[in-house]
Amino acid sequence: MLEIKDLHAAIGDREILKGISLSVATGEVHAIMGPNGSGKSTLAQVLAGHPGYEVTRGSATYDGEDLLALPPEERAQKGLFLAFQYPVEIPGVTNAYFLRAAFNEIRKSRGQDEIDPMDFRDLVEERLRLVDMDPDMLSRAVNAGFSGGEKKRNEILQMAVLGPRLAILDETDSGLDIDALRVVAHGVNSLRRPDNATIVVTHYQRLLNYIVPDQVHVLAAGRIVRSGGKDLALELEAKGYDWLVDAAPASAPAGVAGAGV
Amino acid sequence: MSTAIENLVNRDYQYGFVTDVEADTLPRGLSEETVRQISAKKREPAFLLEWRLRAYRRWLTMKEPHWSNVTYPAIDYQSASYYSAPKSAKTLGSLDEVDPELLRTYERLGISLTEQKRISGVAVDAIFDSVSVGTTMKTELAKLGIIFCSFGEAVQEHPELVQKYLGSVVPYSDNFFAALNAAVFSDGSFCYVPKGVQCPMELSTYFRINSADTGQFERTLIIADEGASVSYLEGCTAPRRDTNQLHAAVVELVALDHASIKYSTVQNWYAGDSEGKGGIYNFVTKRGKAAGVRSKISWTQVETGSAITWKYPSVILQGDHSTGEFYSVAVVNNRQQADTGTKMIHMGRDTKSTIISKGISAGRGNNSYRGQVKVLRKAEGARNYTQCDSMLIGNQCGAHTFPYIEVGNNSSVVEHEASTSKIGEDQIFYCKQRGLSAEHAISLIVSGFCKEVFQNLPMEFALEAQQLLGITLEGSVG
Repeated sequence: MLEIKDLHAAIGDREILKGISLSVATGEVHAIMGPNGSGKSTLAQVLAGHPGYEVTRGSATYDGEDLLALPPEERAQKGLFLAFQYPVEIPGVTNAYFLRAAFNEIRKSRGQDEIDPMDFRDLVEERLRLVDMDPDMLSRAVNAGFSGGEKKRNEILQMAVLGPRLAILDETDSGLDIDALRVVAHGVNSLRRPDNATIVVTHYQRLLNYIVPDQVHVLAAGRIVRSGGKDLALELEAKGYDWLVDAAPASAPAGVAGAGV
Repeated sequence: MSTAIENLVNRDYQYGFVTDVEADTLPRGLSEETVRQISAKKREPAFLLEWRLRAYRRWLTMKEPHWSNVTYPAIDYQSASYYSAPKSAKTLGSLDEVDPELLRTYERLGISLTEQKRISGVAVDAIFDSVSVGTTMKTELAKLGIIFCSFGEAVQEHPELVQKYLGSVVPYSDNFFAALNAAVFSDGSFCYVPKGVQCPMELSTYFRINSADTGQFERTLIIADEGASVSYLEGCTAPRRDTNQLHAAVVELVALDHASIKYSTVQNWYAGDSEGKGGIYNFVTKRGKAAGVRSKISWTQVETGSAITWKYPSVILQGDHSTGEFYSVAVVNNRQQADTGTKMIHMGRDTKSTIISKGISAGRGNNSYRGQVKVLRKAEGARNYTQCDSMLIGNQCGAHTFPYIEVGNNSSVVEHEASTSKIGEDQIFYCKQRGLSAEHAISLIVSGFCKEVFQNLPMEFALEAQQLLGITLEGSVG
């Protein structure tokens, strides 16, 4: 579904991703881990098309299509969803309105009719039950005045409603207490289907107790320095990142950062 | 903001067309003779001609004010024509007699003077250049004793009401533009709601400037007698032209005991092109007098058009326990300039005023809020709450706030809150990541920002205003 090859990306003159290769198939959950500043969030933002980053080399195809050539809204319309690390506030616009606007844009891009508000409400309520969240969230303005944890949960609510094919969760676990973490993980797990895929970007192993990954990739200094199964996350939890980061030479050959195991 | 934000294309001003009708236009220039000619054309009673002449003589002694935060080349008052009327516009027995070309013009503007509006329950008075071309629903309103007609008609049919209230809120000596208006105004709308009557429908005036080189100087006078209430809406558009045109209107509202007037404006005069060529100079004096006990006057305005807007809808809170409200959205894009706000003058006891102002600046637009809250010594227990928010789109625009607060006693409470925010790339990216286009994102963010004001507009106009806002800001962000 997603095929990333030798991806390089920079902000201004500063190169942050230095050759990422990664392959994600439908039905899979991949975890991207790594210390602060390793490029995890940059990878998520670049895949979503944030205008602040420039891709300097490499490719990313999504369902066989050149992902990097698409504007961000088209990536979203084709089913790519990013749960933001820092969700943005939109005062005065209710979640329900925002979600329906987004939902309809996605439908329109597929040549489907817009959904009317009543049908949409039924759909949203069903999804809310699925992810076990409070319907009150819908009548509040998008993230305005939300606590950190509420914002993260709201991302999962949006994800549940929009039903993406490829979801990227950017540090959705950071700042969450254990109960909120369970709600978020439960949401992600309930939405898992054989025809979609999830990339979980996280600093801590904790979340992976609840969302069990098929593969774990460790990012350091803009490269994947190790890939493995779910046990790799446990190993990181026990030993920290230093042993991997130190082991990775400053200009490791691309082969070290191979995708898959 | 980044280049992506400047990439979108501006949509054309869709009301910029010109209607080809024969017009009866006075030659350019302004003199005492011009004033007399206008008055004669309108077959006005002597008191009105006298009043106009006093205004004109006063105007000659006044200087054009330049204290506002706007800049424009000097206006040559002799180069404009002060009267233009479609030739067919004689006194009309019914709408069927209106020139079909004019009816089509209003259809194109989305204002139907015929059947449709009846269904939606809105009475419309349409002002084309300087004169009223038709008022709908008159007979229905007359059954309730409500007078809703053009100003010219009111002068003929109800001179005693005109004489009693004209200039009672905005005297001709009030300011330079008010004096000019008093001297040369050619038409406008008039409304009187008698004692105890709640006007059952929205009353609406639609202003259209068509002729080139013509100033539009209309005058609106609305009186709600004791216990009466009325909701009134005005809309405005003008053709796209390269030269600037002057619009200097006066609106006076009078609310007697327990009466309430709600006045809403959606202003969309031609704003000039992206380089600031052409557009309307909108120099308007609007004021309401909450004269009676527990009377209420509420202004709601959505200002998206005009090259320059200079306008401060105000309320004189004269009656005890009277209420004044001002809800405003002012948007500037490209080279537009707006200096707008309100004045709340508290005279009566326990008077209450609320000001909610939302300024949006994009392109190289410059937006100023100027508001005065004045509490006189005898206005014990007066309260004011002001909230003044600015939103910036891009980094070449400006937002300014000039609050003036004067409190003359120590039992009053005046609150002022202000905020400035910027539509960030992050907000837009967030929306795009959910599948929305940049334009959709902007209109969503902006309507969220303006929500408190839109809530105060009558339903169908709220939608119109929201769309208008989207169009005005198109091309400002990407």
